[in-house]
Amino acid sequence: MDTLTFLQHYWWLLVSLLGALLVFLLFVQGGQALIYCLGKSDEERNLLVNSLGRKWELTFTTLVTFGGAFFASFPLFYSTSFGGAFYVWMAILVCFVLQAVAYEYRRKPANILGEKTFTAFLLINGLMGPLLLGTAVSTLFTGAPFTVDRLNLAAGAGGQTVISQWATPWHGLDAVGNLHNLALGLAVAFLSMTLACQYFLNNLDDATLAERARRRMIPAAALFVVCFVGWLVRLLFLTGYTADPATGRIAPEAYKYWHNLVAMPYVAVVLLAGVALVLWSICRGARGKRDAIWAGGSGTILAVAALLLLAGWNNTAYYPSTADMQSSLTIRNSSSSLFTLRVMSWVSLLIPFVAAYIGYAWRAINRRPLSREELREGGHQY
Amino acid sequence: MTDYLQTVDWSRAQFALTAIYHWLFVPLTLGLGFLVAIMETQYVRTGDAFWKRTTKFWMRLFGINFAIGVATGIILEFEFGTNWSNYSHFVGDIFGAPLAIEGIMAFFMESTFIAVMFFGWDKVSKRFHLAATWLTAVGANLSAVWILVANSWMQYPAGCTFNLDTVRNEMTSFWEVALSPVAVNKFLHTVTSSYTLAALFVVGVSAWYLLRGRERRMATASIAVASAFGLVFSLVTALTGDRSGAVVARVQPMKLAAMEALYRGEKGAPLTVVGLLRPHPVNGEAFYFSVDIPKMLSMMSFRDPDAYVPGIYDLVDGNPEHGILPTAEKIERGRRAVAELARYRTALDEGDEATQREIRALFDPATPQGEEFLREYFAYFGYGYLETPGQIVPHVPTLFYSFRVMVGAGSLFILILALVWWFNRRGDLDRRRWLLRASIACVPLAYAASQAGWILAELGRQPWAIQDMMPVSVAASKIPSGSVAVTFFLFLALFTALLAAEVSIMTRQIKLGPNDKE
Repeated sequence: MDTLTFLQHYWWLLVSLLGALLVFLLFVQGGQALIYCLGKSDEERNLLVNSLGRKWELTFTTLVTFGGAFFASFPLFYSTSFGGAFYVWMAILVCFVLQAVAYEYRRKPANILGEKTFTAFLLINGLMGPLLLGTAVSTLFTGAPFTVDRLNLAAGAGGQTVISQWATPWHGLDAVGNLHNLALGLAVAFLSMTLACQYFLNNLDDATLAERARRRMIPAAALFVVCFVGWLVRLLFLTGYTADPATGRIAPEAYKYWHNLVAMPYVAVVLLAGVALVLWSICRGARGKRDAIWAGGSGTILAVAALLLLAGWNNTAYYPSTADMQSSLTIRNSSSSLFTLRVMSWVSLLIPFVAAYIGYAWRAINRRPLSREELREGGHQY
Repeated sequence: MTDYLQTVDWSRAQFALTAIYHWLFVPLTLGLGFLVAIMETQYVRTGDAFWKRTTKFWMRLFGINFAIGVATGIILEFEFGTNWSNYSHFVGDIFGAPLAIEGIMAFFMESTFIAVMFFGWDKVSKRFHLAATWLTAVGANLSAVWILVANSWMQYPAGCTFNLDTVRNEMTSFWEVALSPVAVNKFLHTVTSSYTLAALFVVGVSAWYLLRGRERRMATASIAVASAFGLVFSLVTALTGDRSGAVVARVQPMKLAAMEALYRGEKGAPLTVVGLLRPHPVNGEAFYFSVDIPKMLSMMSFRDPDAYVPGIYDLVDGNPEHGILPTAEKIERGRRAVAELARYRTALDEGDEATQREIRALFDPATPQGEEFLREYFAYFGYGYLETPGQIVPHVPTLFYSFRVMVGAGSLFILILALVWWFNRRGDLDRRRWLLRASIACVPLAYAASQAGWILAELGRQPWAIQDMMPVSVAASKIPSGSVAVTFFLFLALFTALLAAEVSIMTRQIKLGPNDKE
């Protein structure tokens, strides 16, 4: 493996890990979606919002960094997917804009939009964020109708100079019409609710809410398992695109993702370990155990990272084009240059340091679970 | 106008809208973060609960402002992909890296420690809390470093080369990108002006308390910190602004000529302090009247009172005496470079390997013909997409007036901050009610000056998305213009509503003062 190929795989791994971390941190959105289901009074809802509010920035930052890392390492994906699936990405952005202000402004005096409006913003973000992100991520397997021709720039003034173009007028809405994509969107949404219940079990010192979270987790987890297993089984039967490592030519391959699992048994092990941990966390959560979130979180990270590796490694087209097969994106034809990947790789050495201080700060803040008494004592609140 | 060009215009409008809204909140975050950290340091050093109360008050305002800055910021990053997909491909290899570094180095630091800063008062030690407050401020400023590096590269694309295989520009020197003179000056000028704005905000709010006879101790202590901080950084802003002007003269001469409304170049060019522009210049004369300082523009631009400063006509029509190529010639050369790309495409389609080899040699800087082609033709690649030479002229009145708003307000801020600092030090600031009122008036003026600076920087770069390399007219995504118009109005309505909520909440918090239970 030459250096460029190694770095392309390395950066796909990093992007996969960031994506996996993002899916775990979507428990914040899951919790927002359950505000009214779990919180029956203003005080209970405030407790839930304040518990989630100490983590929302991390989710938001991970989303932004995920986007930045994708841009830096695979810019052609950035320009093709974002510029093409315009409506879906805009919908995702709008619902995250709503979230960013909702926590801080929700209960501030003179909030002209009213507390209910900002709580509704949290609800919209909680329901739509994971659903849309999951649906968009599924297109990494099912593909999208786009074409890429870098030499369109040669058309000159007044010509058709746009490199990546969408072949339908739907600009991303077509992804929502695909049941396979929707299944992953729903799976991510139900997973985020499952993890949120596990987080509340861990982070709240409140027997009433803990019991409600425990009971709510069970149907959410069941729906997650149904959607996820359905999506995964369909994936293993899917025809994917494979790139010839010598020429870069792309060809269809039946059972491509099953073949990827067989060709990369370590990824299969990681996937199975992740799924097993998530299932274990559901069992722990159903018994009301506080530690369920750690198994659920680590299982989510392992499983999602493995799935994203299936999408990009082993000469797989990670963004198949349903309009023009040769336009499909692989980590080889869409990556940044060797120089840029090398520079970025040096920067990536900071990641363990960043993870360490996040862990340290998280522990420091979470040492004592949040209680109604703490909210009554005052201090900064959402 | 074609639908694509309408898309370009709507995309420009949308990006300008989100950038303007975003920049309403960022400068306060950049400066107030440090001011809060200084106040908390006082608390930790002295153990005086007064400083804790003061810190918490300003921290609350910081939080209100921070949230909406985050909300408007996420859109900007993703708009490079959604609205400017050609741009993202053509220079993503260079432009993406600072954005990713910003996420890894700055955003995580900011988002991790801001939680400790707000919720950690009774959960972590005093020193850890203080470190978290400082790291939140440092994180915000580190974020500014990388986004300003990215923006500077659009003004001055250094440290890269064109790759024919990938049909994009690729980074060749990270340090040339990160430490270009434009990047260094832009960062220093932008953050120091933001510190000045934050200082004026603290001084203005504190002045309001003094005028009302409320919170005297907190107000005078806050003014002591903020006026000293602001005075130092307003002076640094002036110095970095001067340096920025000299850099612009070298790398973006059209921007300089437009902001000075200098149509005919001259040696010993004067600086126009104030002036009223005619709608159209008459025989190169731009003003109905103007007040000039002789030779000052030459001095500021090239550190030589007799230096030649090219005017708009020189840059459009060329000036052989000073070695300035006519824009029409640059367009021709750019078209030749674009035509070679088209020839390469045909050769690829037809499998014509001889022509492919010939063109590859042209784009290879290691060959003599490549070195010449890249220098003489490809250097003007972006011009190949222009229709007429006049397109390289940005909107002169906007640049001229925005520059004067920025510089005039900046000079006033130095004076006001110096006076406030001095009278506060003497202990009789609350008797100078005119100065307190002027301090309050400076708060909106600081926002206006800050926006004017960005209007100057960004409109002055037009018609380029990347200076000389890619005009905005070929940088956008291919989306129906109606769709971008819809998202423009959606963001306009959303951001305006959120801004109204922010101003209302902020005003109420100020009225409530530090005694309000959070």
